[in-house]
Amino acid sequence: MAADVEARIDEWRGYLSRRAVLRPDDVQELEDHLRDQIEGLEAKGLSDDESFLIAVSRVGKIDELSREYAREHSDRLWKQLIGPDEQAATAHRRERRGFVLALVMAVGAGLAVKLPWLLGIWGHDSGEFILRNAPALVLVFLAGYLLLRRRASVRTCVAVAVPFAVAFAVMNVFPFALNGTTLLLAAIHVVVGLWLATGVAYVNGAWRSHTARMDFLRFTGEWFVYLALIALGGGLLAGLTLGVFSAVGTSVDVFVSEWMIPCGAAGAVVIAAWLVEIKQSVIENIAPVLTRVFTPLFTALLLALIVAAAIHGSFIEEGRELLIIFDVVLLVVAALLLYSISARDPQQRVTWFDRLQLVMILAALVVDVLVLVAIAGRIGEYGASANRLATLGVNLVLLANLAGAGWWHLRFITGRATFAVVERWQTAYLPVYAVWAAVVVLVIPPVFGFV
Amino acid sequence: MRIGKDLVAASATPLVLGILADGESYGYAILQRIGELSGGQLDFSDGMLYPLLHRLERLGQIEASWSQSPTGRPRKVYRLTADGESAMAEQRRQWSVVSDALRTVWHSGPSLAVGTA
Repeated sequence: MAADVEARIDEWRGYLSRRAVLRPDDVQELEDHLRDQIEGLEAKGLSDDESFLIAVSRVGKIDELSREYAREHSDRLWKQLIGPDEQAATAHRRERRGFVLALVMAVGAGLAVKLPWLLGIWGHDSGEFILRNAPALVLVFLAGYLLLRRRASVRTCVAVAVPFAVAFAVMNVFPFALNGTTLLLAAIHVVVGLWLATGVAYVNGAWRSHTARMDFLRFTGEWFVYLALIALGGGLLAGLTLGVFSAVGTSVDVFVSEWMIPCGAAGAVVIAAWLVEIKQSVIENIAPVLTRVFTPLFTALLLALIVAAAIHGSFIEEGRELLIIFDVVLLVVAALLLYSISARDPQQRVTWFDRLQLVMILAALVVDVLVLVAIAGRIGEYGASANRLATLGVNLVLLANLAGAGWWHLRFITGRATFAVVERWQTAYLPVYAVWAAVVVLVIPPVFGFV
Repeated sequence: MRIGKDLVAASATPLVLGILADGESYGYAILQRIGELSGGQLDFSDGMLYPLLHRLERLGQIEASWSQSPTGRPRKVYRLTADGESAMAEQRRQWSVVSDALRTVWHSGPSLAVGTA
């Protein structure tokens, strides 16, 4: 083919590549098509130039083409925002309004965690107030931000508000014993439950849709990465503030520990969500890398745990600290699995990474069973306590999830199921987490006398 | 004669599945085949075929792999899966019902249809 036609094909490919909805694979496929078309037309006696022009016009306007692609690949749909100039201009205005909204909500969340101080009830019980109310106080601003940004219907707002209202009421009405385990358990599970309620706000009420649920899972992973980045920067800022002021002989310890860190952390929850909303494509490139780095490492950790348990016999005698740390490992693995699934391109073929993931799932299943045996042993020996029941429940919830994940993953790897089924298992499982969180918040504390 | 847009869109899936049932193929060749089969009257826009192929792939009715064209270019080749075969059989049943119905109504004559209406 003539050199100038080559140059024009390059240029055309450049335009296509700039469309975020077209993946490199798609561009490759379209280029192969364009070249076939040009060759076919040349064989009919047309000149290079004519062939190129006709071939390009047959593929169609790039705008229309990317719209068609976006319709099929709805997971890439939001990237259409980074489209032609006029769209970019309105998007820019919308973004500025979005930022003001995010900032207002972030400031609100930051002040909300200082509510006892603002109300003048700052005293010995402020720690307890925070434990009872902080999760709901911070997440309500995140949910509010998402609802306002999506101009949600009244119906959706009510659906999101109800769990928040229940959490506020229960956490303040229940007569939790000071420093009791049920209060801590309830606080942790309120976070889980309200995060899922925030998810209803994120998907703008379309919580029945599995695609929307998958989008929310993707959002969760990306939000977490942004939050971790902000935490790193924030930690550095706090450390430097302390250092600089102590160097000039002024102590700012109280300001840093009682204002900067808690208010900053609460505000960061909203700001991280805002960043995910406007800068999605940045993280999307990081997520697959992160999962590829940490999946092998966590698989190795799980296998090492199994080997250690095999050599050691069992770890029932080791006490609760070990069980708690094992549960943390299992939760991190389950989160990593979800994150990998949400970051994966569903159309990609089976790779070594999918097989490795199956190994990770199976190893996590074995560890989960070991932990379950240990907890059952402890319940048999010392009787049921709020803590042991909550741990037992979490492990059962994880066991069922991992078993299903392993089964569908196996079918996917052996070519008997598409990746969509693997995703669907996880999205269908989300309500289970909500139900279990509700049980720990609403049922376990009264049953165990709020201690 | 140009076939209307809606009819083109409706016939796209059964045509693609049918063509892939004859053996694996790739985008450009599928379009050429559609052109041949319809005597050039089914105007299937090039850029619309690929999203359709990707959708069928996501539904598990066809599967794709990368191979090489005779000139050494990377080329994405599609083939029918077992799911795709049953989907095609189903499409075929539905379309023959539609075409039988149309044939009958047109053979019974337009004047008669107008008269009874």
